[in-house]
Amino acid sequence: MASVSDNVMKFFRSSSNSASPAIEKKLSRRSSGMGEVSRILKSQEGLCVLDMGATSANNIRFFTDKGHKNYSEDLLRSSLDPELRIEDSEGKSVLDSKKFLDENLVYATGLFDVVLCWNLPDYMEESLVKPTIDRLWSVMKPGGVLLAFFHTRDAGPDSTCYRFHVTDTDMLDMQEVKFAPPGRPASEKQSPRLQRVFNNRHIENLFRDFASIKFFLARDSIREVLVVR
Amino acid sequence: MDAPQTGDFAHIGKSVVIKGELSGSEDLYVDGHVDGKIELRNHSLTVGPNGMVKADVTAKSVVIQGKLDGSVLASDRVELKKTAVVNGDLTTQRIAIEEGAFLRGKVDIQKEAGKATGSAG
Repeated sequence: MASVSDNVMKFFRSSSNSASPAIEKKLSRRSSGMGEVSRILKSQEGLCVLDMGATSANNIRFFTDKGHKNYSEDLLRSSLDPELRIEDSEGKSVLDSKKFLDENLVYATGLFDVVLCWNLPDYMEESLVKPTIDRLWSVMKPGGVLLAFFHTRDAGPDSTCYRFHVTDTDMLDMQEVKFAPPGRPASEKQSPRLQRVFNNRHIENLFRDFASIKFFLARDSIREVLVVR
Repeated sequence: MDAPQTGDFAHIGKSVVIKGELSGSEDLYVDGHVDGKIELRNHSLTVGPNGMVKADVTAKSVVIQGKLDGSVLASDRVELKKTAVVNGDLTTQRIAIEEGAFLRGKVDIQKEAGKATGSAG
């Protein structure tokens, strides 16, 4: 039977533990979805913005400078907590989505105007994805927008997991996500592994309770999705 | 950042554990464990790299290098160093966050002077 450690390690790319440069490279990409979100952020004040990526000083500064309230919650990191692992009725190790949502995304109903989900659904364990999206539906305001990125099949299983830093334009700065698996030293930082590829039908089902969904297909094998609650 | 070198502050060393409410009228450096509430009004709190604070904090400025679980109300500024791990909401006028810091919570920038002091006045 696989140990908890084995189950956690399947979320990391085995190749990324090799000597990596000390300075992480920042790339950029144009994002039509972020362009639309930026227009909303610039045209309104006092919005509640939930950033579900790794803590980004840049993003916090960007949102708060514009008079918005910023909430940070790195759900990918939280989902790797070994204490979330339970065995299902067949003895298979799964993540306890109920416990996960008891400890994460605990907000008042209808709080958020903007949710930046980034690439979270592609890297999080499947059992957590739908419950997380359902929770997001309940904590978003009607008319609120959610931006998510999904890989297309062309991306390949070793596609790099990035975190995103917003700019004042429709360009996003990207930085490879690396963190140490639970219980491991910081020197063993690794990149999360792409867990699956959603097709359009899957994405539509995932957001079926939302009012509308808009797809933007980018050149870098990413399908951007802008969803209105 | 190292521990402050002058003697013009109160220092809670890394072997010290305090449970309860801490209030004071001088700057405070915490490198130990504090579980409760910290109220410094017009003074600053620094949580050192070994500091583990589980408390709601009210102060003029707050610098965090260690771990803090709780809300922070700072009338002037909050600074999260690269080793900071913060679970809680931050309300302040100015904020500086180093790359590598971890924050899980809300950041609410109160632009008007004195507004972020709330009832701590």
